[in-house]
Amino acid sequence: MSVRESGQEAGILRQAFASRSFLTGFVITAVIAAMALMSYLWTPFDVTVLIIADRMQTPSAVHWFGTDHFGRDILSMIMVGARNSIAVALVAVGIGMGIGIPLGCWAAARGGVADEVLMRFNDLVFAFPALLSAVMITAVFGPGAINAIIAIGIFNVPVFARVARAGALALWPREYILAARASGKGKALITIEHILPNIASMLLVQGTIQFALGILAEASLSYLGLGAQPPMPSWGRMLFDAQTRMMVAPYLAIFPGMAIVITVLGLNLLGDGLRDILDPKLRRER
Amino acid sequence: MTAFLLKRLLIGLATLVVASLVVFTVMEILPGDAAMLMLGMNASPAALDALREQMGLNQPVIMRYLNWMAGLAVGDFGRSFTYSSPVIDLIAERAVVSLPLALMALVMSTAIAIPVGLFAAARRGKTADAVAMGAAQIGVAVPNFWFALLLVYVFAVWLRWVPAGGFPGWSAGLWPGLKALILPSVALALPQAAILARVTRSAMLEVLGEDYIRTARAKGMPRRIVLWRHALRNAMIPVLTILGLQFAFLLAGTIIIENVFYLPGLGRLVFQAITQRDLIVVEGVVILLVASVIVVNLLVDLAYALVDPRLRIRA
Amino acid sequence: MSLLEIENLTLDIGGTPILKGVDLSIAEGEVMGLVGESGSGKSMTALAIMQLMPYAARASGRVTFNGIDILGASEQAMCRLRGDDIGMVFQEPMTALNPVKTIGEQVSEGIRWHTGANRADAEARARKILDRVGLPEAKFPLSRYPHELSGGQRQRVVIAIACALKPKLLIADEPTTALDVVLQKQILELLKDLVDENRMGLLLISHDLAVVADMADRVTIMRHGEVMEDGETAKTLSEQVHPYTRQLAQASMHVPARPHTTAASSKAENLLEIRNVSRDYPGRRVSLFRKGEPFRAVNDVSFSLKPGQSVALVGRSGCGKSTLARMILALDAPTAGDIRFLGDSLLGKDETALRPFRRNMQVVFQDPYGSFNPRHTVERLVSEPLHLLDGKPTPAERRERVAKALHEVGLAKADMDKYPHEFSGGQRQRLSIARAIITEPKLIVADEPVSALDVSIRAQILDLFADLNQRLGVAYLFITHDLTVARAITDEVMVMHDGRIVEEGRTGDILDHPQSDAAKALVAAAPDLHRAIAKRFQEQG
Repeated sequence: MSVRESGQEAGILRQAFASRSFLTGFVITAVIAAMALMSYLWTPFDVTVLIIADRMQTPSAVHWFGTDHFGRDILSMIMVGARNSIAVALVAVGIGMGIGIPLGCWAAARGGVADEVLMRFNDLVFAFPALLSAVMITAVFGPGAINAIIAIGIFNVPVFARVARAGALALWPREYILAARASGKGKALITIEHILPNIASMLLVQGTIQFALGILAEASLSYLGLGAQPPMPSWGRMLFDAQTRMMVAPYLAIFPGMAIVITVLGLNLLGDGLRDILDPKLRRER
Repeated sequence: MTAFLLKRLLIGLATLVVASLVVFTVMEILPGDAAMLMLGMNASPAALDALREQMGLNQPVIMRYLNWMAGLAVGDFGRSFTYSSPVIDLIAERAVVSLPLALMALVMSTAIAIPVGLFAAARRGKTADAVAMGAAQIGVAVPNFWFALLLVYVFAVWLRWVPAGGFPGWSAGLWPGLKALILPSVALALPQAAILARVTRSAMLEVLGEDYIRTARAKGMPRRIVLWRHALRNAMIPVLTILGLQFAFLLAGTIIIENVFYLPGLGRLVFQAITQRDLIVVEGVVILLVASVIVVNLLVDLAYALVDPRLRIRA
Repeated sequence: MSLLEIENLTLDIGGTPILKGVDLSIAEGEVMGLVGESGSGKSMTALAIMQLMPYAARASGRVTFNGIDILGASEQAMCRLRGDDIGMVFQEPMTALNPVKTIGEQVSEGIRWHTGANRADAEARARKILDRVGLPEAKFPLSRYPHELSGGQRQRVVIAIACALKPKLLIADEPTTALDVVLQKQILELLKDLVDENRMGLLLISHDLAVVADMADRVTIMRHGEVMEDGETAKTLSEQVHPYTRQLAQASMHVPARPHTTAASSKAENLLEIRNVSRDYPGRRVSLFRKGEPFRAVNDVSFSLKPGQSVALVGRSGCGKSTLARMILALDAPTAGDIRFLGDSLLGKDETALRPFRRNMQVVFQDPYGSFNPRHTVERLVSEPLHLLDGKPTPAERRERVAKALHEVGLAKADMDKYPHEFSGGQRQRLSIARAIITEPKLIVADEPVSALDVSIRAQILDLFADLNQRLGVAYLFITHDLTVARAITDEVMVMHDGRIVEEGRTGDILDHPQSDAAKALVAAAPDLHRAIAKRFQEQG
């Protein structure tokens, strides 16, 4: 790497630290991710062990967030639930990017019929209310984390296809692309060398947004009993269990809900911050 | 303009047909058929066969699809075996809950979001802007069903202003019915309002940076008037797009919100039908919801054409 | 007393100084030309007079209009002045009008606001001024929307808005830069007439000395936010007392030295041959079931080019010259006809088969900012055409070839590791040329290669083109609407109009004695500094 390149990166880092939303979002996301990773090694209590004697305890020094109706520690469950939420949302974003970006780039490069077909496919997917179809998919293939991933991932495909296509279409008439074509480069090579690097920041920002939406969707599905199955704790399931006990133990609903809000908030702030840093034109507008 | 709308209408119809194929195929993949579910696992093969014959399940897939489509075209959605009543009746019965719910939520979110977004844009960088956008940032992150739980706790359990759930039916009078829908529609509306407010604000700010705003200012028009006369209408174009997309979100949201509040609406109907493998109900409701999304998007296209003269191409 | 008096105007945006002590004055009915290259602060001066400066701009000094202190005036007072006593015309007509409002609404809005007239009266006045700017009711009713008008027509609407209330001062910020020369002439004549009729003062901002010489009574020349020189137009521009004035004037009339020229009659084989080439674009759909008539962008064009020859293809915007260029570059295929390069047809060949042709045919584009992927280093950008070589060069060879190409265009070897944003506009155009010559091509197609550049830079780049033609024997096809470029650098000219070549011949002959109407219009409209100054002296006697 040349000196100048690292100089440019230093500039981006400096901007990153100057962007309050990026910094806040980054810290929140990092803390949640660290919590999820830590849960593999250690949690305050074992979430697979049910101690009925300790059931329904209010928050205390021992159980910071209290215990549920099986006597499980809520904090420990939230930590384990985090890794479920993050894994589902992350893989779903991966599916969306992995299929959507090539599709969008291909449609933009080919144009004509290919492009039209892709856009109509997008219309089709968007006509299905996302949660409704996710419910259908998990109903067909059975509830569980894997099927939740597929159900959420399918809806990420047209989102990334659309963003990639729009970004690529704006770039194709640029003179540097024409110059590359005049240098005999094919559409695939141009897409890899010129298009992708220039739409990467847009896709990254969209990625954080879809990640946040994925967390929300996973919570909704597992609230409906269609996500990760017990005994694996999940945030949505915890809220479902809390609902019937709201009158006696509102804290059961507070903490998992806060976990969702903070995670999604962190990711959205991260996305806004990234957009500010990577796209100076958009920053002017907000 | 007619060409543009006609094209959108044709695309909408085609989307609907493909969607019906998708729904039908997905339901075909489901293990077990309706006859087996109705008679239970221990039914004799002969009884199963007889019922299949009676329900037309022995016909080839294509025929069943065509029969179903032919029925849909004349408003015959088939017959539910768990409720043993026509699907159309079930839908009609549930729609009187879901439709007012979705509409109330849509009106509420639009009525809150657009003024807040405009207000924040007009006071960009000031405290009011920061407060409004901070609230919107949090609003976007709140899952609607959790927000619903909190509302129930505060307004039903603690303050006892409204019922915690259930629906008395419109026969009990307009007010009790509306009262039962207030919390659910607020729970649906606020997270959507947060998104819409952010979109409105950024659309407005983008438009305010355009050259024609400067032209209007150079005419001597004060900033505030330029905002209303020139910026607003242009900013509404992206806002309309999001509004159209949000309708689908709201419909999906009813599934989960109706579950939280035990409302006998379409969302709850389809959710229960899926768990009971009542395929014909699922297919009917899903196709109806998809159709309504398509119709709303057509309305959005129509609104585009009204707002943006560039789409009103002279024939 | 002057109508507008600017004294010691200083302005900064977020701490960056933009204007440093600018003095300028305009008398009633006087035309003041404000000239400068990009970044000279001329537009910001105009915005300061209107008090429409960007957010975070701070101005100090004195600006007095008609006795009113502008910098100290309240926003309310400014609203009364803007549009009523001071009108403004902007550079970019395509975006200056609100797309969702009719032209009638947009013209009458200001009239109603300032005069309190009712809708009918305001519309009647709007109608009158639109008629006056050349948009008659029969073709341009008030109910037209901006997207139904061309760029030149939109600029007339903007002028109508600015002049509707007969302001005492009209500010025109590069009003014709986005238009071709023929439209430019029409718009400038319209402005001149309006100013004369209503005894308006005009502040005409331009980068083009010839335009200003033609229009202005006095000129002010700015550079880097400071006034270099001001005075009576003909005198200032002919005496050129200030070195910067002289530099600008010489650059705008610069003709590079080209001792040998290659004539079309040379015995050599044709390098490029265009035979009866046409290109149709599908027409806009009239309705769902009926396609519109196809639009013929290039219509039965034939010509040929010898090795080392420099030819200009000139014409108004939309005449089909860029479409033709794209077909020659095999980036687009003709509907009919044949394109032969190095004795073989380009048509129907795939990218692999095109490689030997592409190696010998490179391109330079107009926009030095859009021509480079902002994320790549110069080495990678300039070496891109090396992709066309049969053997892949080693990294060392690659660097050597890039260094050589950079040297040819007057850049340093060390520039190889920089990114495009680290270069100025002129340097970037050198990079474009370096990229174009790295495969040692026989033909370079240059699409408006100097029209986005400031005059002094333009002269240097024209020199570079001339030099490369002389030393490397590379042939040029220059696509331009600017006749001074054609005159400076080419042996032959082809004039294109509505998709056809209507006239061709030796550059000097055609530019001095045009025969076709299209060529005559282009020649008559082209601004010319010598001619403008001579005319001014004649008028003064």
